[in-house]
This record gives sequence, structure tokens and C-alpha cells, in this order.
Amino acid sequence: MDVLKIATAGSVDDGKSTLIGRLLYDTKSLTSDKLEAIETKSRQLGYDYLDFSLATDGLVAEREQGITIDVAHIYFSTVNKSYIIADTPGHVEYTRNMVTGASTSQAAIVLIDARKGVIEQTNRHFFINNLLRIKTVIVAINKMDLVDFSEEKYNAIKSDFEALMSKRDYQNQNISFVPVSALKGDNVVNRSENTPWYDGETLLENLEGINNEDIYNVGTPRFPVQYVIRPKTEEFHDFRGYAGKVYGGELSVGDDVVVLPSQTKSKIKEIHFYDKKVETASRRSSVLITLEDDVNISRGDMIVKENDLPTVDKQFTATISWMDSQDLTAGKKYVVQHGVNKVLAKVDQIHHKINPDYSGIDEAVNALSMNDIATVSFKLNKPIFYDAFKSHRTNGSFILIDSQSNNTVGAGFIQ
Amino acid sequence: MMKNTASINPLENEAIYIFREVAAQFERPVLLFSGGKDSITLVRLAQKAFYPAKIPFPLMHIDTGHNFPETIEFRDRLVKELDLELIVRNVQDSINEGKVKEESGKYASRNVLQTTTLLDAIEEFKFDACIGGARRDEEKARAKERIFSVRDDFGQWDEKNQRPELFDMLNGQIELGQNVRVFPISNWTELDVWSYIQKEQIEIPSIYFAHTRATFLRDGLIWSADDAVVYREKDEEVEERVVRFRTVGDMSCTAAVLSGASDINTVVQEIRDSTISERGARIDDKRSEAAMEKRKQQGYF
Repeated sequence: MDVLKIATAGSVDDGKSTLIGRLLYDTKSLTSDKLEAIETKSRQLGYDYLDFSLATDGLVAEREQGITIDVAHIYFSTVNKSYIIADTPGHVEYTRNMVTGASTSQAAIVLIDARKGVIEQTNRHFFINNLLRIKTVIVAINKMDLVDFSEEKYNAIKSDFEALMSKRDYQNQNISFVPVSALKGDNVVNRSENTPWYDGETLLENLEGINNEDIYNVGTPRFPVQYVIRPKTEEFHDFRGYAGKVYGGELSVGDDVVVLPSQTKSKIKEIHFYDKKVETASRRSSVLITLEDDVNISRGDMIVKENDLPTVDKQFTATISWMDSQDLTAGKKYVVQHGVNKVLAKVDQIHHKINPDYSGIDEAVNALSMNDIATVSFKLNKPIFYDAFKSHRTNGSFILIDSQSNNTVGAGFIQ
Repeated sequence: MMKNTASINPLENEAIYIFREVAAQFERPVLLFSGGKDSITLVRLAQKAFYPAKIPFPLMHIDTGHNFPETIEFRDRLVKELDLELIVRNVQDSINEGKVKEESGKYASRNVLQTTTLLDAIEEFKFDACIGGARRDEEKARAKERIFSVRDDFGQWDEKNQRPELFDMLNGQIELGQNVRVFPISNWTELDVWSYIQKEQIEIPSIYFAHTRATFLRDGLIWSADDAVVYREKDEEVEERVVRFRTVGDMSCTAAVLSGASDINTVVQEIRDSTISERGARIDDKRSEAAMEKRKQQGYF
């Protein structure tokens, strides 16, 4: 069974946690003890309905303030698919959480409050999903019960959103719209009688319809070496295998390959998965590769097909999503972690800030603060082997680490 | 040769990737082994990550002294069969040394006490990465846990100040004295684990399967009537029941469920049909709504 990761985006009080709780409840994924806990807590809070947001808001501070602070992961499954929902907070100051949630997701749900329509926050949520090149986006127009399930209202919001879509950079995104009431359960899992004018799919039907073959951006195979395995036992005396995950495309036994950065040519001799030998390693599989020739390879090196090389360079320009309370400034040094490869990087130039609401770019800035998105050039102390994020979602992305605090302080998408 | 057998299970591939990151990024990792199904699954995943080499780090069991005898027997056999290194540290020693105080009364358990023994052992061996079998679907505070989760010098979790985890890139950079808790099966559900055990034919302790046991009832839950470990009131009558355990913690805080599921296939079916979550049978989580979050802040698994 395949697993679909979904990022959610919505503003405070758009009912995101309630929507997720509703999905769990209507797919019968809430167990009776969890449901009981929600019933008890809802009663304590004096509600006359079940507050499904209590199913996901896990930290004490969140329950006290009735808001979601940190990315929570929620799991449910149908007979067709396993789902992981990254419940990301909608506050302005938490852009970093949204980028984080979206970075591991293959689909996204953008929530809009039907009473408020498309607001600045919506632009931001859509911008980030588009920046991260999430292939499938479902726009859930929520709280339809509070606008009398008005078709007119729904269509107005839909056309506002479509106007937004014309501005997007990544055009190849599949976008659909659903009118829902998370609180009452309309069109989430069960088709609503209150929207006879809507003949599209429910939210769950939309998710179920996503073709798992279609959600990953296919590229060319990249095999960053994670770990070199040398058993040094009698049975495997001279064995030398390269452990890693295959990104982008398939690798097969017999493929002509090049090892970077040494540029050494060889051929794939064997592909192991545990105690089995396989002929082909497909995308996202964690395998062990041996080569025909004795090549000196260590962690961070990359095995690629001979006819399809990535860019090998000591500098690049990237879109940065800055996530730290300390500013990024020109001249500062950070560790770039590109997959499993780490190099030292210096900020060469901050070109401009990008307003994540489609209002254009800012003039030159000197520093980036938390939640800023900008185009930045870096110089590296060693070359890395990269593709543009546009053509390779995994080999085109990296994280920035502050070598003083060791914290992950930014995400980057190579241009 | 079979085609494409390497890619069937995305959760398995992810866990193997995480194990290899641990081995590559840390000096002294350790796998926290409880003898429960989740840590047994971790051992299999670690074997897969490093085969044909051996698992490049030891296992450590924090023994509360309240374990089911079947679990300990199983642990020792597994370690022997796979030729693994096992470190055992005892909560009883922490009690004897006066570092922690035994709880008393009806709900007494050594669950909370384990934290001290664990933190002491981490310091003793200078472990910088502790691999655990916690899953995000188990509990609400765990749903917010990272795959690489940094603990400070006191083993504490700062839940509001966690590193963002982007893409599949794991940042294992820490300062001396800090350690990282690693959760390779973060994204697995209980059913995922059981299905994996079924598919891989992984051996697990016998208490996971239906057996006849002397038990008593309290708060609607079924407890093992082992008077040496589990406190029992006089009016709590012992009765033989056919039960199994869905999760294996201490005898003093793990309740049994009535079940006739005597093999892995019937267990998986039972989990599929079940309407109660596995932690519903763990009294340690019921102490308060935020029980797990509090224990985690203090350095719990």
C-alpha cells in the first residue's frame, strides 16, 4: 500500500484541525478511547458539539490557547491508501512550519474560510505550495454552513483563487475545489445534501483519486552515497558496498555510471536489498550498490548515470526560506547540507526578497529575518553535484545549518 | 534475480535511510531495546540497513525489574542468535543508590523512574544518539516529535523550540553533552508494525499471543496477578482468563486484552478490527491529558 503525505495550510480559525479531526472521525480512524477523550474535553470546555481539533492539538500550550504551534503528524488509512497529514500552523510568524510540512508532502490542502474568502494568508499558503512544487493542491472552502451553503459565494471564492493561479510560477500543478463544512461534515468524507449544486468529488474522494505514480516529480537517477559498508568478515572479505537511497529515477545492474567528484567511470555490478540481489532499484528505495571497479568512494559522493550528469559547481543561486531568529547577512558562513553531503558556504549576495503573496519582489535588502523568502547566491568551499529544483525536487534542495547553534536555519531551492 | 523487490514499502525504505544516517553522523549510537514489538522491528530494520555487515552499535535495555519474564527470555535469545552486543542497566540499582524513590500505592509503577537510569547510562557510555521505537501515531505529544530530536545536557526535550525537519535531510549536528533521540519508525502506525512483523515473519515474545493467565480487574482493565510486581487490593479477585498483550511495557502498567488471537495472522486481523488504541491499555498515559509530554520533557524515551 502506498503512503500519501499531505500538507495542510490555513489561517488561524479556518478550522484546519477540525477538518483533520473530521477526516479521522468520518473514516472511522478515531479509536473509541480517543473519541471518548474528545467527548469529555468538549464537555469540559462547554461545547455542544465535538471539538475535533482536540484530536490533533497535542501540546499543553496549544490546548490552552486553542491554537496549533508545531507541525503535528496525523495518520489514517482507507482500504486504498495510507495518509500522513502534516498539520501546519497558519500564523503569519510560522511560515517556516508551512515550508517544513510542505517539503515532505506530495499533496496539499489549502483551507479558505467561506465568510472571509481569499485573503492575504491564502496567497501566502498557495505561494509556498507552488514554490515547493507540490503537484496536487485541493482548495477546501470551509465553513459553508455559515454562508448558507451559497453556490454564489463558492463560485466567487473559486474565481478569486483562479485569478491567483494565473500568477503562479509552477503551472503544472493540479488544483481542485471542494465546498465543505468540517464542523458539520459536509463533503469531507460524505457527500452533502446541502450542496445539490456541487457535483464534484468530496475531499476524501479527491485524495483517493490521486494517482500515486503521478505525485513524484520524475527526474534522472541520483545516488548520493550515505554510508560505505565493509563487513570484513570471512564470508564477505573483500566486499565493499555503497548504501544510499535512489532519487529521481531507476538504477539497474549493468548501468554505466560516473562517480562524483572523482569523475571515475564504472558499471553497476550488483544491487542488494538486505539478503536479496535485485536487478533494478526504483525511486526512493534504500539499497546497497557494488561497482565493477575498485573505486575510492566515501559519504557524500554521488553515483550517477554516465549520460546524465548533474551540475558540478562551487557556487549557486537559490531561493531561500529563512527560519532563524538571527538574520542572514552577506558574508556570513553556514553549513549547506545537500542531501547527505555537507559543505561550508558563504553568503555571496542577497539579490532580493520575494513577497510570498504574489505582490512582487522587494528592492535589494541587506539581511533576511525569520520567515523571509529571498534569492541568494552562495560560494562553497567544495563543489556539490546539484540539479535545479525545477527539474529535480530532491537534488535541487538543501538545508542551511548554523555551525554555532547547530540549528537548521533555512531551506533552499536551487535555481 | 527478482525485479524491483527493493522498493515495495516506503516506510521500510525511510527507516533504513534513517538508520544509515545515524551510523554515518554519530560516534556512539545505541538502540534502546525494550523487548516490545516496536524495538524488535527496529532490530530487523537495522539488520537490513547494514547487511552484510553487522549492526554497528549496541542494544541497551533499561530493565525496570517489572518486565514480563517472557520478554527477558526473548531478549536474551535474540541477542544470542543475532550476535548483538547488549547493555543492561537496572532501575533497581538507581533505587538502591538513592537516586530515585520507588512509588507506592495502587498505581505504583517504575515507568517514570526509568528516565533517571536511562540518562545515567547515556552519560556513562557517552551515547550521542539513542534510537527508539516511538511512533507519532501513538500519542498526541509524540505526533510533534522529530525523527532526529535533540536533547540537552539534562536529557530534556524542548518541544516548542525544535529544529525544523525538511525534505529527508536529517541534521545531526550537536554540541558535546547533548544527544539525539532517533525515531526511525516515526511514520509507522500500529497496524504498519504488525503487518511488517507478519510479512517478515519476525519472531516476537509469546505474551503478544493469546494465553491463559491469572488476572484481576481494575478500572475496567485486565491486570496480571503477579503479586511480587503488581499491587492488588484484597477485594480484587484473581481469575484465569484467556488474554494477550497488545503493547509490552512493565507488568505494573500494561493491561491485557481478552483475545483468542493465537498467531500473527489473527493478531493482525484483530488490530484491523479494533476500535481502541494500543495506548488505551497503558495506565502510564492516563495519569493526565499531558502525561506523555511531561515525561518527554524530562528525558523519557
